[in-house]
Amino acid sequence: MPPTEQRIILKFADQPGYANDIECYLRHGGYEMLHKAFDMEPGDICHEVELSRLRGRGGAGFPAGMKWKFLDRKSGKPIYLICNADESEPGTFKDRQIIHKDPHQLIESMMIAAYATGTKLAFVYIREEFPEGALILEKAIEEARAANFVGPKILGSDYSCEIIVHRGAGAYICGEETGLIESLEGKRPYPRIKPPYFPAVLGLYQCPTIVNNVETLCNIKHIIEIGGEAYSHIGTPAATGTRIWCVSGHVRKPGYYEFAGGAITLGELIYDVCEGMRPGRKLKAVIPGGSSAKVLRADERFHGHLKDHTSFDWGLKDIPLDYDSFMAVGSMSGSGGVIVLDDSVDMVEALANLNAFYAHESCGQCTPCREGSLWMKKITSRMCSGEARSEDADLLVSISKQIEGRTICAFGEACSWPTQSFVAKFKDEFVAKASEAQSQATGSENGDRLI
Amino acid sequence: MTGRDDNLISVFIDEEEFLVPPGTNMVEAARLAGKEIPHYCYHPKLSVTGNCRMCLMELGMPLKDHSTGEPIIDRRGLQKIGWMPRPAIACATRAFPGIHIKTDSELVRECRNGVMEFLLVNHPLDCPICDQAGECSLQEYAADYGRGYSRFVENKNVKPKRTRLGPRVMLDDERCILCSRCIRFCKEIAKDDVLGFVDRGSYSTLTCFPGKDLQNNYSLNTVDICPVGALTSIDFRFKMRVWFLKETPSICAESSVGVNTHIESREGKIYRITPRRNDEVNDTWIPDSGRILYKSIDTDERLIHYTIDGSHTLVDGAAKEAATLLREGAVAVVGSGRASVEEQYLLGKIASAVKAISVSLVSRTGDGDGLLVSADRNPNVRGALLTGLITSLPHANLGGLASAIESGEVRTILSFGEDLTQCGVEKQLLEKVNVIYFGSHCNETGEVAKVVFPTLTVFEKAGTFINQQFRLQKFLPAVPGPQGVLPDIVSLGKLCSILDGEAIPPTGPEGVWAEMNTEIPQFSAIDFENIPINGILIDGSQWEHLPFIEGMSLHYDPDNNRQIMAEVTKSK
Repeated sequence: MPPTEQRIILKFADQPGYANDIECYLRHGGYEMLHKAFDMEPGDICHEVELSRLRGRGGAGFPAGMKWKFLDRKSGKPIYLICNADESEPGTFKDRQIIHKDPHQLIESMMIAAYATGTKLAFVYIREEFPEGALILEKAIEEARAANFVGPKILGSDYSCEIIVHRGAGAYICGEETGLIESLEGKRPYPRIKPPYFPAVLGLYQCPTIVNNVETLCNIKHIIEIGGEAYSHIGTPAATGTRIWCVSGHVRKPGYYEFAGGAITLGELIYDVCEGMRPGRKLKAVIPGGSSAKVLRADERFHGHLKDHTSFDWGLKDIPLDYDSFMAVGSMSGSGGVIVLDDSVDMVEALANLNAFYAHESCGQCTPCREGSLWMKKITSRMCSGEARSEDADLLVSISKQIEGRTICAFGEACSWPTQSFVAKFKDEFVAKASEAQSQATGSENGDRLI
Repeated sequence: MTGRDDNLISVFIDEEEFLVPPGTNMVEAARLAGKEIPHYCYHPKLSVTGNCRMCLMELGMPLKDHSTGEPIIDRRGLQKIGWMPRPAIACATRAFPGIHIKTDSELVRECRNGVMEFLLVNHPLDCPICDQAGECSLQEYAADYGRGYSRFVENKNVKPKRTRLGPRVMLDDERCILCSRCIRFCKEIAKDDVLGFVDRGSYSTLTCFPGKDLQNNYSLNTVDICPVGALTSIDFRFKMRVWFLKETPSICAESSVGVNTHIESREGKIYRITPRRNDEVNDTWIPDSGRILYKSIDTDERLIHYTIDGSHTLVDGAAKEAATLLREGAVAVVGSGRASVEEQYLLGKIASAVKAISVSLVSRTGDGDGLLVSADRNPNVRGALLTGLITSLPHANLGGLASAIESGEVRTILSFGEDLTQCGVEKQLLEKVNVIYFGSHCNETGEVAKVVFPTLTVFEKAGTFINQQFRLQKFLPAVPGPQGVLPDIVSLGKLCSILDGEAIPPTGPEGVWAEMNTEIPQFSAIDFENIPINGILIDGSQWEHLPFIEGMSLHYDPDNNRQIMAEVTKSK
């Protein structure tokens, strides 16, 4: 028996007959938590969120309650809430499900968050590639406004708040919160330097701003429902609540699966939940948290100590699905996009693919990422077209080290970690590419080239 | 911290303590400490974007115990420093008490080497044909942080090589390192937001917004601040290697702002004018219109001979003849707001020696742009006030002079550089009187003049101007004047000494200042040599009631200036 999902966020999403209109949502108890929240003090809601130890689901895993706490409330400037629906990390497709199938859950949670933070104007920044999702959200917000859940004097109170859906223009970097803010302001989405532009102090229009991921926000409603304390008992203490894992790649049953933090292992996810590898194929590697997370080898063993000082000795399959375990094995749970690669994959080609993506998506603002990402792409593309050199592997790593930690935003890490981990863990394939190229050049093996 | 300036805080740069004003960014703090932190995108007069990453440094802060708030002390008895694991950019790091930075550690050098390599991978390396060569940050830092060989074997990006951004600025996109200085300049200083990037990543390209041109009167400043050879001046490109150019400090004579400049010349020929930084006047900027003023100095219209009734003579002959005419009395003197303080002083002396019945100045006005071109296009009206040449502000029209000639009241006119036919005195009228003309270029007044003294332009002589702030600023000769033409001070001095019988006429501004600083109280204790390169404020409170026509500009606010004057008075 495969482990059964614990669906909280996606509880109704895939139930037969469950529609994304407000009637259906109300029939399933929708907006009751908004009523409940409005009976609470905003400060108490923030406190509950803090108690829940909810961590961000967008990639960095930053505690949401802490983020809210950093809000500069003394400035007297308006506070903005932005829902980051720019889900662009390759391998991630959870927010899309929520938006398409249960948009009112997001709206209700956003309104609770807005009320708790004192926001008068909230935004959903949705990626250009979700045109359908944007329409669904706009329709849902219209419905919610008609029912007085959004807009002026919500539920008859003195509190008013609007939600505006803003569509992106197709840039990965708009998922970076300060890039998103710039884009929302109508500028090129160049991420801002931090310090001084921390969104909680100098965010949208230089006002205090909260940027939360879709899935993160959806949890707010459930925290209100059961209370922060109770919520914190779901999952492990460092990974409270559930997480939606998006599994793609060479498994029999790719898809999105919701589990409590740390409830299952990577092996259970791949072999039980996703029913294992395609016939006749063997697991080769896993990228656990969206394409920028460091790749893990199927035959690796991981030793070390967790944050609570307990030691571990895991194979790939033994890694529990939570933030800290993936950190402990040198990667990250990131956006929850688990990309499974089987033995048919040429790792150099796989890296060339990722490098092409990051070179294409580098915004070009700061030097290391702008020049480094394209350079790495040019190298891996060349390696894949039969012109690999023996020094390329080391050169790739050296370039990536010159990017990592030296850029304005985390894109520097995002584009350098794949290269670092692919070369470190599959160096043999990079070396083989070079000797292959050499032997083809001299024609010593397998006769003439066909192309 | 006793005995120290309370406004300063201590920062530790490479373990050495320095005092800097709070909030100073670390590039400037290091500069104050005599250390250079390399940078491309940072510019002291523009907003900070932190995109080039060249100024990465190690940042540490003194540690405090979280629970007690007490400093954590290490074994040496010093407060422990928590070094950040990631390097930080110096341009966006502001000084706070006890901040520690490392500007020369292994990590820092590694960061710089990395950025340097990245900047060069797609750079065309066409230094031999690049105008920036010799004053290029890429070249300079490549010498310090470059690898010396390239690890890059791929094809470089191809971008447009010749884009005319506007009438004066050419863009080579392949050389551009995307530092965004030009974009920020247009937006923040010129207030003409026309530049931006298109495309993404390494293919990002600088361009003008559709339908827009970079044509504002400050466009060439983008060329100055471009750290590489991406933006070049259409006027200057391919004309001269910059290392051959001699820089002479000068003052722009375009308006009463008194923009500080460098005249860049080689072998007696000026090739370009660039701004000279003065944080009290023009920061690091200059209007495009001020950069081309030198173009008129080498024309056929230049006056190059001392003449009496059209026949060539020498300066002494001209001076003697002029003195004879002036001694006959009924003299009107027309001075110039373009003349230097020294010239105006000597002119004033001549006027009083011959008991001139009128002394006037011709005004030149235009619209002020609120930045570095003021409404008063005479650079030195205030000099004329201080030297006592005039006591009220000049008029554009010399109608009074015309009627005085008509009535026979005036029989001799001494005009210093002004074409009287341009300000209400007809040529036919001038023919009725004796005209003594000092000027650099031919004009109708010169044509009718009985005695002509050729003069030098601001680029060819030394002197001082007093700008709208009452700031005394000096300029030095960049190129020699036409052969045989003596400095105006010498001509005027010779004439002056004939008239008042003084034995030794001054030969340069130093001599005039030796006299002025005893005669004019506001100039006391000033010698020409000791005027600071950034100028010095003169007490002009005596004239503050005059209706000066300048409005607000970059570092000038008419109302505020009265207060500044009051403070200058008090300090005296």
